[in-house]
Amino acid sequence: MKFVKALASATILAACTFGTASAADLVVGFSQIGSESGWRAAETTLTKQQAEQRGIDLKFADAQQKQENQIKAIRSFIAQGVNAILLAPVVATGWDEVLQEAKDAEIPVILLDRTVDAPKELYLTAVTSDLVHEGNVAGKWLVDTVAGKPCNVVELQGTTGSSPAIDRKKGFEAALAGKDNLKIVRSQTGDFTRTKGKEVMESFLKAEDGGKNICALYAHNDDMAVGAIQAIKEAGLKPGKDILVVSIDAVPDIFQAMAAGEANATVELTPNMAGPAFDALATYLKDGKEPEKWIQTESKLYTQADDPMKVYEEKKGLGY
Amino acid sequence: MQTSSDNILSAVRIEKGFPGTKALDKVDFHLRRGEVHALLGENGAGKSTLIKCLTGAYRRDGGSILLDGAEVDPRDTFDAQRLGIGTVYQEVNLLPNLTVAENLFLGRQPRRFGMVDTRTMNRKARELLAEYELDLDVTRDLASFSVAIQQVVAIARAVDLSGKVLILDEPTASLDAHEVAMLFRIVRRLKARGLGIIFITHFLEQVYEISDRITVLRNGQLVGTRDTSDLSRRDLIAMMIGRELAAEIHSARTEVAEGRLRYRFRNYGRRGRINPFDLDVRAGEVVGIAGLLGSGRTETADVLFGAHRADSGTAEIDGQTVDLSSPRAAIRQKFGFCPEDRKTDGIVGDLSVRENIVLALQARRGWTRPISRAEQNRLADQYIRALDIRTPDREKPIKLLSGGNQQKAILARWLATEPEFLILDEPTRGIDVGAHAEIVRLIESLREKGLSLIVISSEIEELVAYSTRVVVLRDRTHVAELGGDRITAHQIVEAIAAANEREAS
Amino acid sequence: MTSTVRTYLGRLLPQLIALTIIIAAISIIFPGFLNLQIQNGRLYGSLVDILNRGAPVVLLAIGMTVVIATKGIDLSVGAVMAICGAVSASLITSGHSLAETLLITLAVGILCGIWNGILVAVLDIQPIIATLVLMVAGRGIAQLITEGAILTFNDPGLIFIGSGSFAGLPMPVVIWLVFGVLVALVVRQTALGMLVEAVGVNREASTLSGVFTPVLLIAAYVLSGLCAAIAGVIAAADIKGADANNAGLWLELDAILAVVVGGTSLLGGRFSIAASVLGAIIIQAINTGILLSGFPPEFNLIIKAAIIVFILVLQSPRFRAAFAFVSIPRVAGKPTEREAK
Repeated sequence: MKFVKALASATILAACTFGTASAADLVVGFSQIGSESGWRAAETTLTKQQAEQRGIDLKFADAQQKQENQIKAIRSFIAQGVNAILLAPVVATGWDEVLQEAKDAEIPVILLDRTVDAPKELYLTAVTSDLVHEGNVAGKWLVDTVAGKPCNVVELQGTTGSSPAIDRKKGFEAALAGKDNLKIVRSQTGDFTRTKGKEVMESFLKAEDGGKNICALYAHNDDMAVGAIQAIKEAGLKPGKDILVVSIDAVPDIFQAMAAGEANATVELTPNMAGPAFDALATYLKDGKEPEKWIQTESKLYTQADDPMKVYEEKKGLGY
Repeated sequence: MQTSSDNILSAVRIEKGFPGTKALDKVDFHLRRGEVHALLGENGAGKSTLIKCLTGAYRRDGGSILLDGAEVDPRDTFDAQRLGIGTVYQEVNLLPNLTVAENLFLGRQPRRFGMVDTRTMNRKARELLAEYELDLDVTRDLASFSVAIQQVVAIARAVDLSGKVLILDEPTASLDAHEVAMLFRIVRRLKARGLGIIFITHFLEQVYEISDRITVLRNGQLVGTRDTSDLSRRDLIAMMIGRELAAEIHSARTEVAEGRLRYRFRNYGRRGRINPFDLDVRAGEVVGIAGLLGSGRTETADVLFGAHRADSGTAEIDGQTVDLSSPRAAIRQKFGFCPEDRKTDGIVGDLSVRENIVLALQARRGWTRPISRAEQNRLADQYIRALDIRTPDREKPIKLLSGGNQQKAILARWLATEPEFLILDEPTRGIDVGAHAEIVRLIESLREKGLSLIVISSEIEELVAYSTRVVVLRDRTHVAELGGDRITAHQIVEAIAAANEREAS
Repeated sequence: MTSTVRTYLGRLLPQLIALTIIIAAISIIFPGFLNLQIQNGRLYGSLVDILNRGAPVVLLAIGMTVVIATKGIDLSVGAVMAICGAVSASLITSGHSLAETLLITLAVGILCGIWNGILVAVLDIQPIIATLVLMVAGRGIAQLITEGAILTFNDPGLIFIGSGSFAGLPMPVVIWLVFGVLVALVVRQTALGMLVEAVGVNREASTLSGVFTPVLLIAAYVLSGLCAAIAGVIAAADIKGADANNAGLWLELDAILAVVVGGTSLLGGRFSIAASVLGAIIIQAINTGILLSGFPPEFNLIIKAAIIVFILVLQSPRFRAAFAFVSIPRVAGKPTEREAK
């Protein structure tokens, strides 16, 4: 073991000797799930940007939603002798073997955005957001905003049974616990999509006296909120005023809605998972200091006060 | 003379009917111990229906079955197997993905401590197959062996399970000469062991090589049972396709068509289906097509109608070269075609009698020019009346009609297009006697109206009755043409038999 | 004439009964269900929502009915919706006029239909396999067009198709009503319907009778592609954006279900477009009813499945035989005979 470590540091040393600066010669492999959503595309863009800023040579591999492709990519990274590997795992299980191979090759692996069911020593750290916390931030905002006034809330859940839907619901309910003025009157799944968000909101409005009984909408993602906003408008109400709208993800379109006063708040699921990951990697490679096994990204709250148009412009180019 | 107690299996006055047809009409069949008994007849004669009644696959409507002198009533094929009647079909009905041994002992594997005792099973399988001169690796998948070996495995299983009667349904259809010889050695050995073997085939040479007796069925009726050694090839063919009646019917018909020559086919054919032939058809003429099954009768019809595009030769109508490359092209030339397999190629089962009658006419007019409902009703009613199609009303789905009435409706479909050239492939197969006679009369009257007809039939007397000329086919080739006085059942049978004898020698 | 109306109603009776029962049941659970009011110059209420939300499946079901009548099936319609939504969004955002956008989008749908039709009719590939190709590839194509993101647009003309209204009805409802009547008329006033049924029941016999089967088959898939294109435009216009990942997702199954609930056999042959449209509306009524009922979402699929099983049992020949009164008006043979005289 010692020998291997010595060898590894020797390699780094060699890199330092022949290269010009330490970071400039870092080669990092990134196995991305695919591009199934705008957020995913933004994560890819930001990871590339972050690598460029730090002078890291990023080797990118798109797995097109297949674990076998990811395993192949990791093996190819190992064969190329990269300095580290970023992995956004498509599923939670089945990683032990390939992670062990990376460990044997002394290549640290950092998980992005999702975790895996594998022994913790097989990867360096996992950079993810806390889904429960996100729901909690959204809930707290609503509690603070209504400030003790009675308020009926309708909830658009994510896909039934998915972990974001379960956790974001849990966190939101925790924030509302003990606040008797806030009541979740209706909760249905909108499958994380605009179409379903709109359709389900239409039925909420019908079911709650044309929307007069509804004071706030909590959507598990921005897309459903965007759909719901259209439904609220078509029902002749003003989203953002008649019905408060809070959601999670912070995709560009919700900032447009916020700028128009139609949405009130969103909690960011940052696509910048790579930044903290590269920071942890740099520290590790420099001092050999292992980071915590879990690096939690910030769940930042944006409201109409945060110059939504500016955020929109910033985010627009990220490929959302 | 052998007594009835020599019969291992007797079927007495077996009856079986299907809607609109009588598939078996009081058929007797006796199988002796230690004989190979060939069961022959053209398609639709009732061979397979009889076998299915014997093995319980069909419930017979009447008659009795005696096995070893005791009456039996197999409920299904498993029951028949248990009683002692085993069957091997042309397509081996074993499981190709199991080993030879597993196939032999499927459902009765030797067990030890509740688990399949593979070693014992394999040993027994080897012993069993040794009796059939087979020494093979019984642990390999059945699919890895040739069809002939699979046949023998199937026979071994059937005999081992049943042991009294073995039915071989076209076992040689996909075997080469060498494999057939091997199969026959096994059959002779089983015969020596006292089994009664029923052998169904279309190959007459094989019948003469292996069988002791022959039973012929035609139109669901028993024609007769003969000792093979006493029956000439010619007489056998006559039994199969019928001749006795023919002479009388023919004497009733006198005139010979001398209409204008309208249709000329030269060197017309399609590789692999029908060898190039020349054919002339006059207006007001019925050209009969005769030959045994597989001789190229249906293939001739298919290529004439464009159901299969001809790849050689030319077709002319009234001296003009025409394109008959598809049914649509043929229909444009006023062709019509009643196919042999009414159910799969003829009727459109779920549609009404009315829609079935107007279908070809509508197809020719194109979808943008619909036939009005009133016109459809008129056409349907006209032909229901003219052809005496027995149906409660024209909106009845055609599949609910009897075979004869379905056939008449398909004829009506073509008559509605006012055709000039009509091809009828086995127009009278599988329909009852009454409808049979009506269709024969209809063919006569269409000819009198000046239509040109091509009629294919395996019923010689029928061909004699309405044909002005008969083309005889053998081996996918037009070998003879009989006209005028030469159209007799005797001459036709001679022509077919001559061809077969030449082949046999 | 009255007899044709009666046979027609007889054909639709089981669907009408099912729809009535469902609507009655929902209005018991949720009393405001039947309320209708005029708001912003258009009808507003849950019943209108059903017609409006059901638009994509209704449109898909119209095409699917004809395809199924030919003994085929079109699994690609959901993916074609996604492609056409993406095409229309990317065209309108890149500055094409509304007319150009719509024409090209519909042409793309027709192209998809031709592709399916050729695989089925010319290459003789089984329809379920042939259309599976586009079902799998289509969503990828749509994602390529939108680059994985939701492609939003602000063109008022295109948005009008999704959320505008005409004569008090939402545009999607107007579109499927007009299109449905048009297709039904073309199919039944020409010989197309009968020829399609003949091909579906017995392709070989129809070909031998001179029916030009390949063209007819391709035409059926083209209609299905066209329907999917219209549905795709409506779905995109509804949310002012093309969501390649989710637009039309699993809707092919809802469309097939609508056809089955409408009583058209998956084995081909006899078909009724009106019955399939009713089938689609029944499915949407169930969906909307579940949303209004306030049950936890975990129960959605179970409730939907239970109701559909119930409807299918209602339609099964055995059940009908047991309760013959349900199908009495279908036996309308006598009046037609009188008509002939």
